[in-house]
Amino acid sequence: MAALEGVDIDIRAGEFVSIIGPSGCGKSTLFNMLAGLIKPSAGKIYLDGCEPDSLLGKIGYMPQKDLLMPWRTVLDNVTLGLEMDGTRRRDARAQAMEELPRFGLKGFEQRWPSSLSGGMRQRAALLRTFLAGREVMLLDEPFGALDALTRQAMQEWLLELWATDRKTVVFITHDVEEAVYLSDRVHVMSGRPGRVELSLDITLPRPRSYEMTVSPEFNALKQQLLEPLHEASRQQMEEVR
Amino acid sequence: MEAAPQRIALPTRETPPPGTPISVRLRTRLRRYAPPLIFALLVLGIWQLYCTVSSIPESSLPAPTEIFSALITDRALLAENAWVTIQEIVIGYLAAIILGVGLAVLICSSKMIERAVYPWLVVSQMVPIVAIAPIIVIWTGFDLRPKIIVIALVSFFPIAVNTIDGLKATDPEMTNLLKTFGAKRWARFKTAQFPAALPFIFSGLRIGAALSVIGAVFAEWVGSSEGLGYLILTFNNQTSTTEMFAAVIVLAFIGLALFAFVGLLQRLTIPWYEDARVDDADGHEGSS
Repeated sequence: MAALEGVDIDIRAGEFVSIIGPSGCGKSTLFNMLAGLIKPSAGKIYLDGCEPDSLLGKIGYMPQKDLLMPWRTVLDNVTLGLEMDGTRRRDARAQAMEELPRFGLKGFEQRWPSSLSGGMRQRAALLRTFLAGREVMLLDEPFGALDALTRQAMQEWLLELWATDRKTVVFITHDVEEAVYLSDRVHVMSGRPGRVELSLDITLPRPRSYEMTVSPEFNALKQQLLEPLHEASRQQMEEVR
Repeated sequence: MEAAPQRIALPTRETPPPGTPISVRLRTRLRRYAPPLIFALLVLGIWQLYCTVSSIPESSLPAPTEIFSALITDRALLAENAWVTIQEIVIGYLAAIILGVGLAVLICSSKMIERAVYPWLVVSQMVPIVAIAPIIVIWTGFDLRPKIIVIALVSFFPIAVNTIDGLKATDPEMTNLLKTFGAKRWARFKTAQFPAALPFIFSGLRIGAALSVIGAVFAEWVGSSEGLGYLILTFNNQTSTTEMFAAVIVLAFIGLALFAFVGLLQRLTIPWYEDARVDDADGHEGSS
């Protein structure tokens, strides 16, 4: 049985796109395909208009777990991607030191990851992906494990970061509010097989502030997303039964 | 917070963080070293008392004081033979590490090799070394070589098994992450798989260290004219029990020293592991 069917998504450079769906809808499969870890059995993935042999090493990837290596200091963790590219150690470190303040990690470069808070670990993981220098970054529920207040702060911070660098971000989440708040467009997926049920442009102006999350426009968008999402979750429950 | 899979449960050592006042450090030290010392003194006291009141012959059970004086009187003989045994242990143990870690890496390099080799690795431990040690002596002679082989055979197994477990403990998501960075197999082994295995490897190294001392004694029993094992056997035959006990004590100290050295090496090689455990312990205290 196919995990995905009829996923037709077009992402423009510099866009912030979210994919949302109930667990088991094929989000992870799609994510791993975009990262180049799985080859699609049918269909094509284009990057910059051409179809590369392998997407490995071409896409920035940040999985749910921070995956910081406990045997490396924060500095050596965040330069991992550069190190794998063959960047000279000194250059890699210099680049990292420059970015540390923006990621709220200044002064923590020589610490072990085990001494960092959850939010800091997540920022370190993001910096590691960021420093690898890919134009497209896949973020899989990066704030899923954080408490609500930390998550809110991290979302605001991520938007600031994105506004400065304008990298293309593909963000996976199952938090509707998070998706609306962050994205230019949201794709709702449903299972199985996974397909895109709805693609919705988020027309809220930028820069966005947290006050917007209680505005009527925001709620209307949320409502539009919740409906197909609710339907998808319900279907899945029935399938299990 | 979720514990990293690399951390295997070991009792947390009460290491005070840097910057702790001397008095606290001293107290921590005392708490660590006092119990084994007091316990030893207690046992020795009862032992000494028993020998004095029971008039048991020295050849059956020498008193601690007699053993102590034998340590002093025979110090030259003991030192000379200890040096021989130390050499055997060091070389044999190093051979065991190379063999154990090497086999583990080989076994983890492909499913095919694992299926072909792993069962035989286990079988090798079923073969009583007692049975094959004399043959090894016949093959290689009475010099250092059969000792190194016997020590390596006795102590490589826990090193190999622990290393295999460690190399298999890599988080598959970590492997995926490195792949997306474009890392090839060797780079992944070097940056993730091997470092993650190090705590496991050190567990194996500690067990192997203890076994290597037993291996050395055993190898000397089979065919040797020097070394602490040989000395123990000779004293035993002469019913010089006091001297035999003295030799056993020297051997025990060699074992302890090797064990402590491996522990020190671990703290220097993987300081992050110790720190993570201390942090975890703090977390538990905070939450309970």
